[in-house]
Amino acid sequence: MENENSVIYGLEFQARALCAQLADTEKIRFFVGTQSLKQVNNQIHLVEFDEEKSTLKTLVYHHSDGEVWKLNASPTDPSLIASCYNSVNKENLCTMKTAILKIPDIFNDDNIDNLEIVTKFDTSAFGNDIKTTEFHPNDRTKAASVTDNQIVVWDILSENAQNVSHITLEGKNSPKFTMGKWNPHQNGNQFATATDTHLKTYDIRTGSLAWNIDNVHSQLTRDMDFNLNKQYHIATCGDDGFVKIWDFRQTSIPVYSRTDHSHWVWCVRFNPFHDQLLLTASSDARVLLSSAASVSSENNESIIHDDPLENQDNKQILSDGPLQWCEHEDSVYCAEWAPAEPWIFASLSYDGRLLISRVKRSLKYQIML
Amino acid sequence: MSEKNINPLDINGQHFEPNLYLEKLFKESTLKQVMDQENEIIKDTQTLHSDMQTLVYENYNKFITATDTVRKMKTDFKKMETEMDLLAQNMESITSFSQQISSTLQDTREQISKLSGIHSLLKRLQFLFKLPSTLKLRMEEKNYNQAVEDYLIAQKVLQHYGGMPSFQGIKVDCETILVELKEELRNQFNDANATAKQLANSVDLLLQLEEPAKELCAEFLTCAEKRLSEQLVMLKDQSEQRDITDFVDLGCSGFLSDLCLVVASFHDMFINRMNIENVENSEIFENFADIELNTFILNKMEKYFELVQSKVDMEQEISDTTVLVKALDRFYRRLQAMNTLCRDTDFAKTGIEIVINAGRKQCKTHLQVLKMHFADLLTKARQTLTTPKLITQDDSNINLNEMLMSLVLTVVEKVKGVLQDLVVFIENDVNFAQQALFRDSFCVDNVREGLIVCFLHHLTATARGLCSSNVSDAKIPPILLLLLSKFCLDFQNGHVHYLLTQADELFTINPKESVALTTETEINTTMQESAQELLNYYVRIQGLNISQMLRKSVETRDWLHTIEPRTVRAVMKRVVEDMASIDSTVAQLYEDQGVPTEHSSDSSRKTHSISVSRHQYRSNWSAYTPNQLDSALVSNIHKLFSERIEIFSTVEFSKVSILTGIIKISLKTFMECVRLKTFSKYGLQQIQVDTHYLQLYLWRFVADENLVHFLLDEILGSAVHRCLEPILMEPSVVDIICERG
Repeated sequence: MENENSVIYGLEFQARALCAQLADTEKIRFFVGTQSLKQVNNQIHLVEFDEEKSTLKTLVYHHSDGEVWKLNASPTDPSLIASCYNSVNKENLCTMKTAILKIPDIFNDDNIDNLEIVTKFDTSAFGNDIKTTEFHPNDRTKAASVTDNQIVVWDILSENAQNVSHITLEGKNSPKFTMGKWNPHQNGNQFATATDTHLKTYDIRTGSLAWNIDNVHSQLTRDMDFNLNKQYHIATCGDDGFVKIWDFRQTSIPVYSRTDHSHWVWCVRFNPFHDQLLLTASSDARVLLSSAASVSSENNESIIHDDPLENQDNKQILSDGPLQWCEHEDSVYCAEWAPAEPWIFASLSYDGRLLISRVKRSLKYQIML
Repeated sequence: MSEKNINPLDINGQHFEPNLYLEKLFKESTLKQVMDQENEIIKDTQTLHSDMQTLVYENYNKFITATDTVRKMKTDFKKMETEMDLLAQNMESITSFSQQISSTLQDTREQISKLSGIHSLLKRLQFLFKLPSTLKLRMEEKNYNQAVEDYLIAQKVLQHYGGMPSFQGIKVDCETILVELKEELRNQFNDANATAKQLANSVDLLLQLEEPAKELCAEFLTCAEKRLSEQLVMLKDQSEQRDITDFVDLGCSGFLSDLCLVVASFHDMFINRMNIENVENSEIFENFADIELNTFILNKMEKYFELVQSKVDMEQEISDTTVLVKALDRFYRRLQAMNTLCRDTDFAKTGIEIVINAGRKQCKTHLQVLKMHFADLLTKARQTLTTPKLITQDDSNINLNEMLMSLVLTVVEKVKGVLQDLVVFIENDVNFAQQALFRDSFCVDNVREGLIVCFLHHLTATARGLCSSNVSDAKIPPILLLLLSKFCLDFQNGHVHYLLTQADELFTINPKESVALTTETEINTTMQESAQELLNYYVRIQGLNISQMLRKSVETRDWLHTIEPRTVRAVMKRVVEDMASIDSTVAQLYEDQGVPTEHSSDSSRKTHSISVSRHQYRSNWSAYTPNQLDSALVSNIHKLFSERIEIFSTVEFSKVSILTGIIKISLKTFMECVRLKTFSKYGLQQIQVDTHYLQLYLWRFVADENLVHFLLDEILGSAVHRCLEPILMEPSVVDIICERG
């Protein structure tokens, strides 16, 4: 473990929800949601990392409505997060719910606040399970939820979200979505989803399939991430232990494919600034920082430049493969880059440990210089 | 003698001294004797005296007759003198007469000699006049030799008197005919059917007619070229139908011998002849002709080589090596013989290149065949592996091991067969096999590296290809992977060595000599690597199959609304069954190497495992009734907690390790799935029953049973965490349920 590089924050409960506060570009902040079936115990932790002092400041809020399965931060409003949670009623029946919560502006030291629900979603018509609720990358009035087999687009201005449209996944054996994400490119008109081993991306305006990649992984596809700097590249990971990067204009073969984890890969993230850095979290209890330099936007090799010599001298391209790793005690289901700082990432293992780590200095210099 | 001669006592001698004689006589003889002597001497003297008288008389007689004769001759000569005078007179008159006659005949004689001169001239003229027609006739008769001879005789005259108007006609006529003749000869030249001998003849004639040699030589070459080209075209046409031996024979007897003939006649006609006739020009011309000829030969040979090459190339697909080698040998020998033809180039070298090429090709085809054969074997193996599922376990048991054996043996035998086949190339009676150039390239580059090593690499590559993840073909039977893994291992443990030494021996390669050779260890390493890769992949696939089953079973169930568990879920039984079947399959190919931690009897094992589980339940779930702990076990478990368990890790080549790998993958999946669910009390209890069941049956497959315990404990722990009402079942009840099956 890279002790000098990492700061540990322990939670009391098991946790599998982590997100970075996207809208705040100054502070390095992460939200963590706990998962406890005693639902009053559930909390949302806001963890702020002071980079210079390497210290953590945390704020804890109650999330008594249920155990948090998925958190998403609004890209436009730092105080808003969308939560998907499992609520247990008195008859010991579970229901998945989703809501947009607001972080209070003032923190009360004496009391632990319960988070205020800003927007409620009525998902009863769309299925039992809710995988995620994703804020639209640009349009603050829009969000999309992924349920069992539907993508539901909401207008979230009012207290009760209005269903704008929904798209149903059809197919044999009632297929289900595993997750979904907006495509940050294409004016945010595309919504990508993973179902079983496939990727399907829909055009939200028409509800039709925009593009798809079949058999992305030989087993369940767990997660995907768009490259912010290269609009046709998407990274995927799955139960076969592979991390792949696809150019979705050419879907027969991935442009990058590696298997460095020894179990399922649950989460994959491009670094938003240096997209050769790929963060992956796996149930082998490791977080891997790997290089995908061969397909990154900073790889100029394919572009004809005037002075190849100069280029070679100045920049040594990293070779593909693992660069750095963090070890956890239990499966890691989430890992996120800090949006404010390109060299910091957080990872959360199931046993409730949040690890905030830095990219190794030597690596940093190698990329920057 | 001299003494005798001067003996003065000899009475008949010249040096007779009468005194000495008398003295002696007196001294030595008696009186009587002296008396007798005296009488004797007197008698002698008397006879001598009478003899002398007769002699004188006779001589005188003769002298008288001689005088008579002389007198008679004197008279006769006188008569003769007169007669001689007469004769002289007569002779004089005859001379005058003859003079008279000759002077009268003088005129006529001159005339006659003049006439005879005119006659011969006329004869010659006649020949000249007749020449055109004779030539024509000869032409018609096709007796060109005679025609040329005739012309050559007349030529000088014509040249001399060509200026005269009367001869002009003849000359023109002759020239036209000559042109025709030349034309004819040239035609013959260009005649496709003409033999090289005829050709040579025509050239000879033309040369005699003083055609420019350069031109002729060029023409000769073009003509020869045409003919040879035809030969080549014919060869080309034939090449598709004939087999290689025929083809080479045809090439040797047709093209090559023609070429030789052409070259020989060229030498005869142009180069050698010039030497004799015209010493000054000969050097220049010879150079010229030489160059021409060389380029010509090169050109032709190049084309021929091309043809042979393409034929050889074509041949490869179907050919049988012995025939090929024979044909190549013949071809090569012929080329060696040809080598004297052309000074600057070594046809044998080009030839050997073709032979090397052929060897390489042959090796490649063999490699291709081997590859295909191996692919066939694989498909066959696949087919047999996919069917026996229906047959009882025992049957598949037997044939798996046998299959491996037969697979290994067939591959090795096939390779051996190929080697034997290729050995023909370097047999002692094959000419080109003695060339170091060929030997080196063929034995080392082609056979060893190109064929054997390449094939071995192909084996590993194929094996690896099966486990590359982007193979869409998910239908590869896992057993095949296992089989191939063992196959690679077997190869590593001897067959590679065997094949390489076999090749080295047969082709007399010394592997220590050459650095460039792929070493045995190198291949063995790749073999080992691919065996490992295959095995890992096998474990992964099998683990996946079981994982899939477990995942479906967890995901599809509504764990919140389940009834109290009465039985072990069918999936668990299925998992155990599958494990057992995998166990028995693996056992056929991989022996137990690592001995499991300890093996006690089955019954004691059971109680042991229960106690372990109890303890673990306790450790996770404190509300549960405490139980006695085994301190050793606790430490073991702690060790396990601290040690990371690699799920998709490398396995060893042993049954236990393989099965451990599969179980690890399956149980990890089970845990991850459980974590994604929420359980009611009964749901949890069902998991409890299931894990207990697995605990009872899975330990026997693994090296370290604590690993299984730990993983199952994790599963149950996770389920407890995900349970709304975490109350576990009485262990005794669990036991009963599990024992019921």
